[in-house]
Order: sequence, then structure tokens, then C-alpha cells
Amino acid sequence: MAINEQYRICPATGLRVYRSAENLIKANAVIAIIFLAIGGLFGLMVALTRWKAVHLLPAEWFYLVLTAHGLNVLVVWIIFFEVAVLYFASAVLLGCRLATPRIAWAGFALMLIGAVMINIAVLQGHSSVLFTAYVPLKAAPHFYLGYILFAVGALIGCFIFFGTLVIAKQERTYEGSVPLVTFGAVTAAIIAVFTIASGAIILIPTFLWSIGLVSHIDTLMYRTVFWAFGHSSQQINVAAHISVWYLIAAVTLGAKPLSEKVSRFAFLLYILFLQLASAHHLLVDPGISSEWKIFNTSYAMYLAVLGSMIHGLTVPGSIEAAQRRKGYTNGLFEWLRKAPWGNPAFSGMFISLILFGFLGGISGVVMGVEQINLIIHNTIYVVGHFHATVVAGTTLAFMALTYLLIPLIFQRELILPGWARAQPYLFGLGVTGISLFMMGAGTLGVPRRHWDISLADAVLPYDFPGAANLMMGLNGISALLAGLGGIIFIVVAVGSVFFGKRITLAEAKPDKPEAAVVAKYGSAETPAVPGTMVLVAVFFTTFVLYYYVNWKYLAEIWPLR
Amino acid sequence: MSISPPQEKLWWNEPIPKSELIWIIVGFIWGLIMFFMMIYWHAVGEQNLSNEAYRITAEDFAARTNTMIEKYKVRDEAGFPVVHPPPGSDVYLIARLWQWWPILELEKDQSYRLHISSMDWLHGFSLQPVNINLQIHPGYEMVLTAKPDKAGEYGIVCNEFCGIGHHTMVGRMYVIEK
Ligand code: HEM
Ligand SMILES: [Cu+2]
Ligand SMILES: [Cu+2]
Repeated sequence: MAINEQYRICPATGLRVYRSAENLIKANAVIAIIFLAIGGLFGLMVALTRWKAVHLLPAEWFYLVLTAHGLNVLVVWIIFFEVAVLYFASAVLLGCRLATPRIAWAGFALMLIGAVMINIAVLQGHSSVLFTAYVPLKAAPHFYLGYILFAVGALIGCFIFFGTLVIAKQERTYEGSVPLVTFGAVTAAIIAVFTIASGAIILIPTFLWSIGLVSHIDTLMYRTVFWAFGHSSQQINVAAHISVWYLIAAVTLGAKPLSEKVSRFAFLLYILFLQLASAHHLLVDPGISSEWKIFNTSYAMYLAVLGSMIHGLTVPGSIEAAQRRKGYTNGLFEWLRKAPWGNPAFSGMFISLILFGFLGGISGVVMGVEQINLIIHNTIYVVGHFHATVVAGTTLAFMALTYLLIPLIFQRELILPGWARAQPYLFGLGVTGISLFMMGAGTLGVPRRHWDISLADAVLPYDFPGAANLMMGLNGISALLAGLGGIIFIVVAVGSVFFGKRITLAEAKPDKPEAAVVAKYGSAETPAVPGTMVLVAVFFTTFVLYYYVNWKYLAEIWPLR
Repeated sequence: MSISPPQEKLWWNEPIPKSELIWIIVGFIWGLIMFFMMIYWHAVGEQNLSNEAYRITAEDFAARTNTMIEKYKVRDEAGFPVVHPPPGSDVYLIARLWQWWPILELEKDQSYRLHISSMDWLHGFSLQPVNINLQIHPGYEMVLTAKPDKAGEYGIVCNEFCGIGHHTMVGRMYVIEK
């Protein structure tokens, strides 16, 4: 292997990989996965508590564990992994050294210290305020401080990323424009900077309030600013995991964008139209005008949704085009049937794409409609929705990427390849279950963040319909499946990183990137993508039907003005 | 590939493939339709929030609620007053750790101006089984006009986490045929 002091050339992809970047990617990814393991376990305990027949935890523990679940997975796992993605998309894809690795390590340390502080605060009790930490629920000061340190560390990661882009440009490590995947990462990082600024605006005063320096924080103001932070961080996730989809399609199949212009434009729409659209969290809060709600949730024409719909076409479209170039041209779907379904990177990516679009995307738009939110707000439907987005979408995409990073960055073979092959299917099935059953229970009124829907301790009892309990039971069973899929992932990933067989030059499998298949690039030779057009037509029909079904449900409730 | 710089350096000059163009137009029009649906529903739909809200102190809101209770109380139930205010009147509902106070008894197909506010923390008004959900803040009085159209016994579940007693916070509302 061509190693000099600074970098090696990856034998499989020809990418130039610098030591400093490689080590930081490894560290961030490994820590991310460890926190996923911890947070996922908490998630399983939560789901088993909400399964009436099991009702695992007592009430105090339930809210504590729910707080720990939300924070460890939504914040710590995802953001640590995203920092790894940013470093990969800049230093590795541009063949450039990482800007100021020392400072990058300092950022890493801050994030780790922050994450540990949050966990300590939560596990000590007295900080069961859930990840939203709505005032006037009060957590221990080190809870907020941990949150802030973590955010500062993540912000440093973003600036290291930007710095690396500048170095690559100056040192001319690439020609022309940055690759699409890097462009997507730029989108994510720009949104992240805005986001973290909003986070600081709300968390710093809350921290001061927790130590008594600020006397009062208005709840409506808190929710408004908190969601400017909480909502846009979800856009970071979307931009990041869509970049990962393009990345995996390129590495496993040699896919290239159908049109650079369209895909980049779609990312641009995110920057322009997503990051302040936080009113959809406040649709049934008092004192916010309908004009603002309608405008803010749609910016008059849902351009951010349009961005996602475009990627929904261009990602599978680029795969179809690559497959057709290779000769899988029979019928509408030969390209899909003959896709590498046994490669967990590919299958994970494709399952993530489908579930994110059909379950997460559609439900998200529907519940973000000003009036429809009345029948969904704070029910467990919301939790079903975002498990389709951040678990089936982001988490599964990142798992799929891990299967690529292990040979490319860690230079190890996967242990237990058979288990790895089955993992995306198992996890995907489990997450489909938890998303659908929680959405179903939500339409029957089951609240989120609730220890006991049998309401047994209430003075005035109310009985949810039997179907609601059934759904929560099925949710528990799906959680076991997803949990199993999660455990297999952790075992394979951590096991391979530490005990996988080292890949040496002689063994480097040339089958990894199929770049060579595509001789020349350029839209002129882009084949038509009829199969993808059928897929998006099915998607669109589902979307429209489901959208109007919900208007019909809404029309059945009491008239309200 | 998506992981290498665009082969065509002037990628912004490339034509857009037809499939993508169609999809962009479809998506854009659909976005406009969804935008106008919300406005349309304000014009013809029956379920819209007025967004009428006032800042109020907990004491003031409690005082108004108590005035209503004194005037229109019809009986007690499990320690809660049951109040039957006249149709069309202003009715008040207190959210507090961990109760919805009092029990309201409304008449079917009559409109009421419903005022809700929290005495302490955030709470979630979740009326079951109709599944109407509202976020209730301390310091803000939310006002909406509701017209119950089905008689029956309703539960008000709290669906915003409000501390350790959250799961015990259940209220009741009756809608009776006149
Ligand atoms: C084995 C996998 C998982 C299972 C079984 C699971 C299950 C659950 C359940 C049952 C809830 C609680 C619903 C409630 O009572 O309100 C929940 C909440 C949540 N989950 Fe998961 N989850 C899993 C993985 C994840 C992952 C990977 C993420 C993020 C990437 C995630 C993010 C969240 C968040 C943000 C909440 C909300 C917490 C809150 O309301 O404060 N979950 N999960
Ligand atoms: Cu409450
Ligand atoms: Cu509550």
C-alpha cells in the first residue's frame, strides 16, 4: 500500500486518504456507534414499557430512560456520525489533508465531554426533562452545560469542514466543482451553523436560569426558539443522509447524478427554505397567527418538500441509469432486481430511501398542515413519524455507510458477513413496524411521552380503544425486531473495527467501486429511467391519497373556530 | 460519479433531462395545491383555530374560572365540580399539576367560547376520543369556539410531559343531548 508519512492511496477507490482525517473519522464513527448502542437499548426499554402487557419500567425510570433515549440517539449518535461524514466528504473525497487536526480533536473532546455530562446528569435523576427540556421543567445545571459543550464541539467540526474545503481549493487537490456528495455535506454544514446558533440562543439563558441567574423564561418563547434549533437540526440530518445515499450509490454501483444541476439545486432549496420552518411544531400553540403558520410551514409553495421529492427521483434514477448502462435493460425493473441486494451497504441505503420517503416524508408533510395538526399534535403519531425519518432514514443510511467505511477507512473485513447481509432487512422491518404502529396508535389518540395509557392512576379514568393497546403491543414486538437488528449492527461494526481481518493490498477487492464501468460522463448519454418514473408515480399517488384522507378525518371532528 | 467533481465542468449549462423536469413541475404544482388547501380550509372548512389568545396571570384565570363554577355548578363528581354553562357562553378550563378543572357539561350542537390556560407548566389538551389536541401554556389564555357535535362522555388526557404525575392528569367533559 502506498503509504508515506502523510497519506495512503486507497487501493479500492484510488482516493487519497490522509492519516489525520482517517483517525478523526474513525474516532467520531466509533464513539457514535457506542452511543447508538446505549441509546438504542434505552429505546427498547421505553417501547417495552409502553407495551401494556409488559410495562417494564416504573414511572420515574420511564421518563428518565426516555430522556436518555432521545438525547443519546437523536443528538449524540447522529451528530458524532455526521462529523465523521463531514470529514469524509471533505478530506477523503477531495483528497485533501484535514484543516487543523488538533482543533478537530479539541472539538471531538468537547463533544465527548458534553455527551458524558448529559448522561451523568440524566442518570443521576432530577434531569428527566426529555431532550426538549421545555421550561419550567428544570434539569441540573450540568445537563444544560453538557448540551452546550456538545454543540460547541459540533460547531468546531463544521468549521474544520469549511477550512478543509478552503485548503482543498487552494492546494488544487481537485478540479472544477466539488463532488455532489461534498456539496450535500456543505448544505448540511451551513444549516448546522444556523442551527447551533439558535441552540445557543435558547440553551445559554436556560442554563443561567437553572443556576438562578435568570428568573423567568417564557414558555412560548422557549418553544419557538427551541424548535428553530430542533427543527433545523433535522434538516442537517436530511441533507447528510441524502448525501450518504448518493455516496453509497456511487461507490457500490458507480452511479452518477442524472443531472448535476438538478441535484445541487435540490440541496440549495434546503438551505433557502428549510432552516427556519419551525412553525410546524407550534401549530396548536396559542398566540401565533394562521398567516404566519401557513407561510412558515410552506414558504408559500413547499419548496423544501420539492427538494426532497427531487432527490426521491434522482437517487433511484441515478442507480437505474448506472444499472442500465451495465446492460440491465430488460423491462421496467430488471435494474432493481439485479441490484446488489446482498451488499448491506446497498440494501441499507435503498431501504432507507424507500422508508424515509413513503413513511417519514408523507407523514411529515401531512401532520405539518396547519389544521390537520389538530388531530396529531403530541400524539404518538409524531413519534411514529420521526422514527421513519431519523431511524429508518438517517440511522439506517448511516449504518449502511458504516459497512462501506469499515473496508475503506478502517481497512478491515466485515466479521459475520452473513449477519451483516441480513441486518438492514431485519432493522428495516422492525423500524417499519414501530413507525406504522405508533402512527396508528396516534390516530386513536394515544399520547406520546406517557407512562401508562391504561390511565389506571387517574381519578377520572378514560379507556382508550382496544385497538390502541393492540397497536402498542405490536409496536413492542417490532421494537424487539429493530433492537435485534440494532444489536447485530453493533456487533458487526464494533467487532469488525477491532477484530476484522486486516485488508492488505494484495487482497484489496477491486469489486468495490465500479467506477470503471462508466467510461464517460455527461447528461447526453444518460439513459431514460422509466422504472424510477413508475416508482415516483406510485409515491405521488400514495402521497395525494393519504393527504386527502387526513383532511377527511379532520372534517369529522367538532367544528372549531 | 457523485463522489467525484462533475465531469462536465460547465455542469450548470447541461440540459435538464425530461423525466426530472416533469417531476419538478409536478412537485411544484402539488406544493402550490397544498399551500392553497390550508387557505381554502380557512374559508370553507369547519376546523380552524382562531388563534385568539391573551396574556393572563394564573390568578386572574383561576378567578374567572371560579366565577363560572360558582354560577353554573350542577353537581360534584369524584371531587370535581361539574359545570353546565349556558350555550353560547364563555367557559373556562384550568390545566394544572395534575388536573383539568372543572368537569364541563356542554350541550350538543351549541357553540361555546372555550378558554384554556395553565396554572403552572406546559400541558397538552387531548380530547378523546375525538382526538383534538392543543398545546396549553402558562401565562397564555387560549380561546376557541367549539361546537360539540356528538353527545357522550369525553376524556381529556394530558399529552405534554408535565412531571411525574403526568400520566394521572386526566379530565372529563360531557356533551349531552338537549
Ligand atoms: C431499537 C430502536 C428504537 C426503538 C425501539 C425506539 C422506540 C421509541 C419509543 C417507544 C419512544 C417513545 C415514545 C413515547 O413514549 O413518547 C421513542 C422516542 C424517541 N426516539 Fe426512539 N426508538 C429506537 C431508536 C431510535 C433512534 C435510532 C432514534 C434517533 C436517531 C430515536 C429517536 C427518538 C426520539 C428523539 C424520541 C423522543 C423522545 C422524547 O419524546 O423525548 N429512536 N423511541
Ligand atoms: Cu399536564
Ligand atoms: Cu402532562
